[in-house]
Amino acid sequence: MHTASHLPADVLQALHKARESEESDSAREVLEQLLQNADLAGRESLPLCQDTGVAVFFVEMGEDCRLEGGSLGETLNAAMIEAYDQAYLRKSMAHPFTRKNTGSNAPAQIHYELVPGDRLKVSFMAKGGGSENMSRCTMLTPAQGWPGIKDFVLRRVAEAGPNPCPPTIVGLGIGGSFDQAPVLAKKALFRPLDQAHPEPEIAALEAELLEEINQLGVGPMGLGGRTTSLGVRINWSYCHIASLPLAVNLQCHSSRYSEVLF
Amino acid sequence: MQTHTLNTPISEAKVLELKSGDKVLLNGTIYTARDAAHKRMLEALDQGLELPFEPQGAVIYYVGPTPAPPGRPIGSAGPTTSYRMDSYAPRLYGLGVKASMGKGKRSPEVKQSLKDNKAVYLGATGGAGALLSQCIVSAEVVAYEDLGPEAVRALVVKDFPALVINDVYGGELYKI
Repeated sequence: MHTASHLPADVLQALHKARESEESDSAREVLEQLLQNADLAGRESLPLCQDTGVAVFFVEMGEDCRLEGGSLGETLNAAMIEAYDQAYLRKSMAHPFTRKNTGSNAPAQIHYELVPGDRLKVSFMAKGGGSENMSRCTMLTPAQGWPGIKDFVLRRVAEAGPNPCPPTIVGLGIGGSFDQAPVLAKKALFRPLDQAHPEPEIAALEAELLEEINQLGVGPMGLGGRTTSLGVRINWSYCHIASLPLAVNLQCHSSRYSEVLF
Repeated sequence: MQTHTLNTPISEAKVLELKSGDKVLLNGTIYTARDAAHKRMLEALDQGLELPFEPQGAVIYYVGPTPAPPGRPIGSAGPTTSYRMDSYAPRLYGLGVKASMGKGKRSPEVKQSLKDNKAVYLGATGGAGALLSQCIVSAEVVAYEDLGPEAVRALVVKDFPALVINDVYGGELYKI
């Protein structure tokens, strides 16, 4: 499967840029290894990382779009199972109590959204467990506002340190509700690093927070340096007057995603 | 900072030479184990059974590789996050394991155990699983095959690169 062995162009470009701007030897060395890894994985069709992840799908289905010939969810799952098997990807899904591996990487996690129009967009992400384990949700108060959001994110990134495989991409879901915020955060990780947020004021907040994250000094693989994160991606929604939900979904540098539009 | 060639099994004298920040190149047989295999190994010890490998001088690599494609000994095989093995690690160091290798921070208990048992914690580059797999010459399942990617494997490695994160003197490479 192409997505598991090829880093998207925006991520590769960000890693190249980071290697040029890093001053510490250890940071440069790690970034160099990651670029060599990407080169080798792409050439040999080897998975970039042994954690080929939970198979996450976001489906945006046009309200005027009609599907025939079977269930979309079953089709996506079957395609995922076949791809993970044929491309020699790791099967990483287990029962939460018995911890028994399902052996097929099923089930995929599929999010559905109805949108205007007649197109069908399927976005896929192979999401690793290490960065997922370092992700957090919280319910802030409206009084805490943007400073409270920044404080929570900075503390999370610092505390996670080397664990989520920095340089990370920080997906933020802001607003919505307790259940909506993490989905917003995960979906935010699909916006390419070279694509600014469409709202200039949000784009400015992303840039401000990224700069503060990169002053923490965690650096590539936690060995120190100025590249702790490659980008902050915000996705927001309206929320209750009492609440300010916040989800921080960390993504490792091996940000593997792809989209298909039908 | 020095670069050491580490041949397995590792002697205590060699471990004492290692300082956090040093580079090591591992050579010889190392054993893979992650979450589920650790649980089983400690259950085996509780039942008075032996570990699936000789612990004296052993290196345990926290990894769950991807399946080997045709013509290769193993698939992608980079480190997993180590803290999940923190509750199991001290007992294994106590049995003579001289190094564990993964990525990320360890608990104060693990760091104390490294001092007490004269062992080290090594860090490999996370997310460089394709590159690191080039240093693996062969792989063979030695226990718990039903665990799939979490089975215990004996890997023969050649110049497998890692950094000493925690040494026997309380040294720590991670600054944050």
